[in-house]
Parts: sequence; C-alpha cells; structure tokens
Amino acid sequence: MTCWETLGAYAFRSIGYGERLLPRTDFTLCQQFTLIGSGLIWNVYFGLLALLAGFFAANALALAKASRNPRARIPADWFIFIFRGSPLFIQFFLAYELFVLLPRTGIDLFGITVETSWLTKAWAGALIVLFLNTSAYAGEIFYGALQSIPKGELEAADAYGLTGWKRFIRIQWPTMLRLAWPAYTNEAIFLFHATTLVFFSGFPAFQQRGDALYYANYFADKTFNPFIPYPIVGFYFICLTLLVTLVYNLINTRLNRHLP
Amino acid sequence: MFASCADPSTLDGLNWLACYLTTGKHLDFYWSFATVLLLLVITAPLALGMGFLGAIASRSPVLPLRWLGRAYTAMVRGVPDIVFFLFFVIALDQGLEWLLHQVVCPDWDQPIRQGTEFRVCPQAKIPSGNADAFWYQVDGFVRAVITFALVFGAFAANVIYGAMQAVPRAQLETAEAYGMSNRQVFRRVLVPQMWVYALPGLSNLWVILIKATPLLFLLGVQDIVYWARELGGSKTSAYEYPHPDWRLWYFLALLVFYLLATWASERALGRLTARLSRGQATAAGEAMRKAGI
Repeated sequence: MTCWETLGAYAFRSIGYGERLLPRTDFTLCQQFTLIGSGLIWNVYFGLLALLAGFFAANALALAKASRNPRARIPADWFIFIFRGSPLFIQFFLAYELFVLLPRTGIDLFGITVETSWLTKAWAGALIVLFLNTSAYAGEIFYGALQSIPKGELEAADAYGLTGWKRFIRIQWPTMLRLAWPAYTNEAIFLFHATTLVFFSGFPAFQQRGDALYYANYFADKTFNPFIPYPIVGFYFICLTLLVTLVYNLINTRLNRHLP
Repeated sequence: MFASCADPSTLDGLNWLACYLTTGKHLDFYWSFATVLLLLVITAPLALGMGFLGAIASRSPVLPLRWLGRAYTAMVRGVPDIVFFLFFVIALDQGLEWLLHQVVCPDWDQPIRQGTEFRVCPQAKIPSGNADAFWYQVDGFVRAVITFALVFGAFAANVIYGAMQAVPRAQLETAEAYGMSNRQVFRRVLVPQMWVYALPGLSNLWVILIKATPLLFLLGVQDIVYWARELGGSKTSAYEYPHPDWRLWYFLALLVFYLLATWASERALGRLTARLSRGQATAAGEAMRKAGI
C-alpha cells in the first residue's frame, strides 16, 4: 500500500469513513501519521465546540458569581468550586457512570419520550463534561477580571451617565475580556490538551474511532515502541497549540486596538 | 474484619454495610489513598528541584544549556501531559532495561528489537522475572514518581524562571555594587526574594498536581481509580457481598476526596501567601501595609 492509498484509506477513519480494519502488522510511518492525524479531528471537535459554548456559559457564570443576589451567586460559586476542585478524569468517569444509569428506554417528560442512549457516547457525553469544565475555569477567569476592572473606568462611566446594561456592555464587558484574555488563552490551550483524556476515561471508542492519543496508544501497544507514535502526537499538538495561540493573539490585538 | 461478618448472607441494613465496607479489598482501597498522598509528598519536592534546575539552565550564559532549559520548559506547553505519561512509562522501562542489558549481558548477540518485540537478556528484566506482585507495584510507583517529577518539573521551571525574572533588577544591581560575585548575588539576593513571586504559580501547580494524580491509573498503579472501578462494578450472587453497579457512588466518594484535598490546600496556601507577602514590595504586601495588618 503506498502512502497515498493509506491516506485515502485512513484519513477519515476516526469518523467512520474508509478502511474498517486498522493495520495489524507491518506498521509504516505513513500509517501512523495518517491515523493519528485522523484522530486529531476528534480533539478539534471536542475542543472547539466546548470552547465556543463554554465562552457564553462562562460569561453568565462570572456575572452570577459577581452578583449581589445570593440566589445567583451561591449556585455559581458551587458550580465553579466543584468543576475546578476535582480532576477532569474523575469528572469523565462520574459522568459516564451517571449516563449509563439513565434508563435505556428513555425518560418520559410531559408525555414525550426523551432518548438517553446518546449521552453514553463520547461525542455527546464527553462534550458535555468538557463544556461544563471549561465554563467553570473560564468563568473563574472572567470573574477575576471583572473584579480587577480599574475603578476609574467605572467612575468615568458613572460620570457620563451610563447605567445598567449599557454600562456593562460598553465599559465592563470589553475591559473584562481584555484583562482576562491572556489567562483565557492558556485555558483554551489546556482544554485542547484535556480532550486527549476522553477515550482513556470510561467513554468507549465505538468501532475503534478514537482521538489522536487513542491511535498513538494503539500503535505503541502493537509495536511496543513508544518512540514513534507519541512524538507524532506531540508534533500534531504543538501545531494545534500554535494555531490556537495565533487565533487568540489575533483576538487579543483586536481587543487592545484602542490602547497605545 | 469483625467476627459478626463471618456469614454476610445473614446480615442486613447497616450491619451489612459495615461489614461490606471493611472487607479486605476495601481496606486495600483505603490504603490506595495513602499511595496517592505518598506520591504527592514524594513528587512535589522532586518536581520543585527539577524546576529549579530547569530555571537555572534557562538562565545559563552557556548557549546549549540555555537551549536545553528552554526546550524543557516549552515542551509541556505544547504537548498534553497525558502523552508524556503514556510515553515515559514505556520509554523509561525500555531505557532502563536496555542500559542494564548493556552492562550485565555484553556478549548477547541477538537484536533487542525483533519486529514488534523488545527482548533483553533475562537478567536485565526490571523487576526480575521471579519477583512477586508487590515489587511490580513498587516498580510501577517509582516509574510514576519519575514521570510526574519530569512533567511537573517542567511546569515548575516555567514558574520559577518567571519568578527569577520578576525580582527587581535594582536589587541585583545593588548587590553587585556591594562587590558580590555572581554566585553570591544568586544565592543571597535572587533566590530568597524569588519565592514570593513564585508562590502563586507554585500553589496553582500544587493544586494541578493533586488533580493529576488519577492519571496513576493509566500508569498501571493500583490507585484509587483502579479500586473504585474494581469494587464498584456490579457483583453477582457468586460474590460474598452481591450488589448492583455502584461505580457512580465510588466515583462520587473520589470526587469528594479531591474537593476536600484541593479546598484544604488552597486555604493553607492562601495563608502562606499572606504570611510571605508581609513587608514585601508587591501589591499584596502594599495592601496589607495599608490595611494595617
């Protein structure tokens, strides 16, 4: 099999297209690069969706935590404490066991049967855990930034007669994002790294469709040689990290464009 | 454990639970918490030492050494730590066996890598082939400690390097003006002042280290995650204490354990930070001065 054919057979193996059987003997470098790269699709999928959805939830959480109303503040406090205080690995296990215990036939809600089986699949269950986790971490970052908005800016807003929602959206929110952005970039990088835990923590890889580390682990187990597959994953993740940093830096420049 | 537990099938309610929670396997489960704490206690100073060396290397005037230090600190930022864990477990094993093989069997003529197999001479096996299960556990634990120290050393090197850069330049210049040598400046001025800048990062790292300990499970150590899965899985009536799938409850217990551990650490570290900030020329120290503490 030439490298070109391998690419055709395995490039989308992780999402179920191409050759069904994974290579079993005579492993080539090309196969390892292709399959591990194919697995990276899952890492990007988990990371991107969790980050996007988590961004909005994190804003809401930060506001709730900063709120004076205890009915908003206390749940937000606890949510952030639980998700930041415990290992993601345990959260994955716990969520998986929880989803497995849900009735197979679905839950009756107001006469409509809600399917639950999809929750035990990695694409949904793990995504939910990652989303909640990143919301908590980013929520804490945004909360910290909200607390460190310079007093002068708020006083200036008061002086111009900006109040309520207008004051928040025009003054507080942009400054909050600007202050939080470097820390938020780190969180984004670590979230992408955390996606590699998914298939090692209870969630099964359906028909051996796993992420980059799943395939690297497969090769390392089969060849008993860790010195090829793991550096390949490392290489892919360095590229991914650079890309994430680039995108976040672009946004950072945009957020800071008014500053000298 | 208790005499009344001799025949579990006759027990019910709280008695059953008390007997169930004190079976031999459960006692192993409780001991595995000690394993986790032991790992933390051993790894933290080792990682701090590695971090210190890494930070010194990154500041070294010798170019290759500086590159080495920078590469070491940069590696954990780009690559997920779990990749290092999975990699080092096998790589350390094979590396050590290969070294030992070179020493004890120099006249071994077969290639070590035969297709998909890694073959060293029997004397070079670690632990040796006839060792009992306990030594396999110890071997796994030691490898875990080395791996954790390497990975978290890189994180710590980042923090300590930043802290060293944060010590005000004027302090070092003053020391130089007093005629101290580079070594003296480093030992008497830079290192003592660096800690207060490093502390927030190091506290953060300690909490991250606590939260990384479930990865022991991936390294093949019989840790709390292993026992939670083992004990929680549903037991048919063939077992002494049959029960349905209770893994959810076991993992909830682990969650509570970790929440308590991180909560207690954060409180203790918060106090330490306050203590060290007293009288320092930092924002926290200034705030304390103004508040009159």
